[in-house]
Amino acid sequence: MEVKVNVNGTERSANVEPRQLLVHLIREEFELTGTHIGCDTSSCGACTVLLDGQPVKSCTMFGVQADGREVTTVEGMMRADGLHPVQAAFKEHHGLQCGFCTPAMMLVGAALIERNPNPSDEDVRWAISGNLCRCTGYMNIVKAIQAAAASAEPATA
Amino acid sequence: MLPAPFEYDRPDTLDEALQLLAEHGEDAKVLAGGQSLIPLMKLRFAAPGRLIDVNRIAGLDAIEEADGFLRIGALVRHNALAASDVIKERYPTIAAAAPMISDPIVRNLGTIGGSLAHADPSGDLGSVMLALEATVVVRSKDGEREIAAADLAEGPFQSSIAPTELLTEIRVPSPPARSGGTYLKLERKIGDFATVATAIFLTLENGSVARAGIGLTSVGLTNLKADAAEAALAGASPGEDAWAEAGRLAAEAAQPATDVRGSADYKKHVVDVYVRRGLAAAAEMAGAA
Amino acid sequence: MATETEEIRGIGHSVRRVEDDRFIRGVGNYIDDIHLPGMLHMAILRSPYAHANLKGIDATRAQALPGVIAVVTGELMAQHNLAWMPTLSGDTQAVLVTDKVRFQGQEVAAVVADDPYVARDALELIDVDYDPLDAVTTPQQALEDGAPLIRTDKEGQENNHVYSWETGDKEATDNAFSQADVVVSLDTFYPRSHPAPLETCGCIADISPATGQVTIYMTSQAPHAIRTVFALVAGLPEEKIRIVSPDIGGGFGNKVPVYPGYVVATAASLLLGHPVKWIEDRSENLISTGFARDYHMRGEMALKKDGTMLGLRASLLADEGAFFADAQPSKFKAGLFHIVSGSYDLPATHVSAQGAYTNKAPGGVAYRCSFRVTEASYLIERLVQNAANELGMDPVDIRKKNFIDKEQFPYTSATGFVYDSGDYHGAMDKALGMIGYDELRKEQADARAQGKLYGIGVASFTEVVGAGPAKDYDIIGVKMNDGAELRVHPTGKAILKLSCQTQGQGHETTFAQIVAGELGIQPEHIKVMHGDTDNTPYGLGTYASRSTPTSGAATAMVARRVREKAMKLAAHLLEVAAEDIEYQAGTFSVRGAPDQVKTIQDVAFAAYTNYPEGMEAGLEGVYYYNPPNLTFPFGTYVVSVEVDPDTGVWNVRRMVAVDDCGVRINPMIVEGQITGGLTEGYATAAMQLITFDELGNAIGTNFMDYLIPTAWETPKFELGETVTPSPHHPIGAKGVGESATVGSPAAYVNAVIDALQPLGVKNIDMPLTSAKVWEAIQAAKVS
Repeated sequence: MEVKVNVNGTERSANVEPRQLLVHLIREEFELTGTHIGCDTSSCGACTVLLDGQPVKSCTMFGVQADGREVTTVEGMMRADGLHPVQAAFKEHHGLQCGFCTPAMMLVGAALIERNPNPSDEDVRWAISGNLCRCTGYMNIVKAIQAAAASAEPATA
Repeated sequence: MLPAPFEYDRPDTLDEALQLLAEHGEDAKVLAGGQSLIPLMKLRFAAPGRLIDVNRIAGLDAIEEADGFLRIGALVRHNALAASDVIKERYPTIAAAAPMISDPIVRNLGTIGGSLAHADPSGDLGSVMLALEATVVVRSKDGEREIAAADLAEGPFQSSIAPTELLTEIRVPSPPARSGGTYLKLERKIGDFATVATAIFLTLENGSVARAGIGLTSVGLTNLKADAAEAALAGASPGEDAWAEAGRLAAEAAQPATDVRGSADYKKHVVDVYVRRGLAAAAEMAGAA
Repeated sequence: MATETEEIRGIGHSVRRVEDDRFIRGVGNYIDDIHLPGMLHMAILRSPYAHANLKGIDATRAQALPGVIAVVTGELMAQHNLAWMPTLSGDTQAVLVTDKVRFQGQEVAAVVADDPYVARDALELIDVDYDPLDAVTTPQQALEDGAPLIRTDKEGQENNHVYSWETGDKEATDNAFSQADVVVSLDTFYPRSHPAPLETCGCIADISPATGQVTIYMTSQAPHAIRTVFALVAGLPEEKIRIVSPDIGGGFGNKVPVYPGYVVATAASLLLGHPVKWIEDRSENLISTGFARDYHMRGEMALKKDGTMLGLRASLLADEGAFFADAQPSKFKAGLFHIVSGSYDLPATHVSAQGAYTNKAPGGVAYRCSFRVTEASYLIERLVQNAANELGMDPVDIRKKNFIDKEQFPYTSATGFVYDSGDYHGAMDKALGMIGYDELRKEQADARAQGKLYGIGVASFTEVVGAGPAKDYDIIGVKMNDGAELRVHPTGKAILKLSCQTQGQGHETTFAQIVAGELGIQPEHIKVMHGDTDNTPYGLGTYASRSTPTSGAATAMVARRVREKAMKLAAHLLEVAAEDIEYQAGTFSVRGAPDQVKTIQDVAFAAYTNYPEGMEAGLEGVYYYNPPNLTFPFGTYVVSVEVDPDTGVWNVRRMVAVDDCGVRINPMIVEGQITGGLTEGYATAAMQLITFDELGNAIGTNFMDYLIPTAWETPKFELGETVTPSPHHPIGAKGVGESATVGSPAAYVNAVIDALQPLGVKNIDMPLTSAKVWEAIQAAKVS
């Protein structure tokens, strides 16, 4: 089947089997390898992307379901004038070690601070409770997302 | 783990979907949130020949109170349930349960219709609907019928919805004044299925318990309604004695398996504890209302 | 060139990581991100049985599936002498089954296809005829008379016994026990768990039919060691083998061994003339790759009634799985378990260990720890808790009474370790101060009066890392010396090549900081290379917290070698004798004439343009470091918990961790490592478990059953430090990546046991699930 997806602001298309998972559509057909696969039971969240702005596990969706919709991956986080505040904060606050969970964590963090501009420690931990990290112990991830919220420009009305 | 091949339909209207179900129902599965179905397909525990993707059908995602019922469209996502003002204000059992389903990312896609149709004995919303004595509306090409929550699950992952039927709406009776409800879930971590969970609904009238609803998660072949406990509470004087008796009866009704989450004895004990705690909290809510 | 007045960001600076730049943009280069032209995809068929004879394999239906290029069986591998391979512990391991299956999940056959979905489809079309046998599922069962023999492939192997090993002084220890006022014991099981890094294992094997060059991209923590193993196993000429470890998404020991999938992919590439990619999925990772722990331990301690420790005995039974494949120094069958006397001045210690085969996956990797040190640290710290209870002493007091004093270092333990430095009282006092220990005990007393279960757990660990000196340490015969190669470019920037291999520890930044500290070149001007065996010096890789102690030392030493030459070049430029040159932070000046200065950049340029007669051009060096000793990081952790007696649920209220890893190269990174380790320790104590039913079915082979805590369950930690440098390490650093995983499980468990003390509960084996805690409370009520 033909599937057309708006990926990071660009229209992309591919011809795929319905059973091809969205994460494979992104990684193999669209050649964006920043989205990662960490498990096979939809438990780890490493594959998280934004679908019309909402975090979804791209390993638990078929690519064809994203037809006509907008997908944001880590590669689309950069802004015209530089790093997204979440990206910059992750580096500044040592929010990553091996980097494998990082794209997902950053996207979830970015989605969170969009709707909650001043998240508490608990708010952040709850929001990322669908994303596993084995390296960091989460403290700096939480710090980074809160710092990004504090530094981000207020959302335009 | 990758899924086996399948045919894929994406109907734009309910009628189209029902037509497809009429033609292909036996070999097809409905794809809503997919958060339960797709993991099963990846493990090849399910390999339907056809998926009918209902996500584009309009009109199935509303939440509204009307004519004495809360009407929830089958495609309402769990995070929308959790965020709904009317649910937070007037349906505390649902409000407590929705944020506890799986994890926050799954909740962006998982739907109430899909959850209930899946009939997982560890599913949270099924127990909630038992406690609230809700009904679900299913439609087929030939018409529409209502199924009481108590008649929905026939066995583990077996619902009484026919292969040619689609669950379209959930109807929850609007609670009287002086009602309260809780959902207490013991889980080993966020994202795990419940070790034990208890859905409580309670209404007070003239100082006594008018009705209590108790739904139990993960302690049987289906979500369980603790009938004996509910019966004992009807007309009872609210207080520790009533809660203790209800807890005891609910634990008796529970039929948990011994597994990695704990022994059957442990789980029955937690049912007792959580039913007592849940009733006490619901009564306080109802008293204050 | 102008002298830089900017401070050099060397040792002690929290330099932001250079590797982050690619990870935050999503352009890391992990194994599954790599595509080679003509690449094929491999999937592995695994046995559903734990123990079964293989009667036959029929791959006809699979081979007929469009897109399938080949099906590889043990028979085919045997034709090329590749059906078996050596392990890192001197045993052999099946690559693909030829005779019988020995654990659930074992590799039976492999499919190579042009598409990964087709490869998976084909697995279902391979018909395997198994004849199931009784499974051996515990090491106790394995060693019983008449137990089914697992290693029927090993000539001379008549039972399931793998090894017996002992160390320490039995006579002195028996003597100590005969003089004891009190003997305290503990039987405990450190269950099987799994490092489960977020990225699974995988490789791309690329054998060029034209040149015979073998390039294997591999998730490997030890690329050079693997290359040597491949040369020995596959009989391929070592100069033609290149192992490349790209970015690795976490290792924790799981990515040290050679896995059958790597060997099959290599054979497939050889036979098919195409690159072959194999990436395991999570279920495969958990059921078949290097597990950790699975140690049955009995500890006994002899004490005087005033709490003085006299002697310690430990007897161990290791569940080695179907093949003895522990990744550890060859001389030590129980790794470095004999550090078990820990932080205490114990005059007599004896350790005896047995290993048994069982029908389970092979392994025994050092999961975020030094070899078997987690097990040892757990045993001693739990035993000390028991001793405190028996004697009615506060667990802090009994520790302080027996700590090795600061003045006693270097301290030779009863099992022969020479602890380099330590200040156990200092770390303990700092931790107690940070948590407010006395107030916590008062609070506990008040809580108990109200029927609440508050507990406080202490653990004062000493770890031993940095394997190791050549006289005692090797893996499959190869000494554990690691190297560093440094070249300074004409413009004063540099490239550093390392034999160790980062999996997230930040080596590209921290090792540059070491060079910065020695040569005054800013770390961002030093490119750090690792992971490519064609381009880096030989070494045994990164695990067991050894990178800083070995490669870090090698880096400091090579930088000093380079600095020596730099001094001579500076002398040449400044027209003085080399002895008259003083060095400080990247500048070379004339003694007594401080205005006569050359920078490292000036010197670097001169190395290529203006060097004295008789001197070789260039400014570079290589150094292989043979550590004179191991290093001994230590610390004290204090945890405060509350237990719900009705449900067994327990929560961490506060957790204070004081670590001493000597000099901290990058404090930000050190704290990150500790936080991660404290989390893995919590996960181990609370929820991680791989277990087996009586048929040998593995439970805990996906992330629904093998539980990793999310940010919601994970406690918040308060970190403190003391700094006691290692006297023998060139920069005084000890290594820290794993200390917290080693030291913290006992702290959490001690806290819960302390909470349950009024109820009479003495021990609960990990993981302390709410169900197990509740059961323990019930059992104590009955007895």
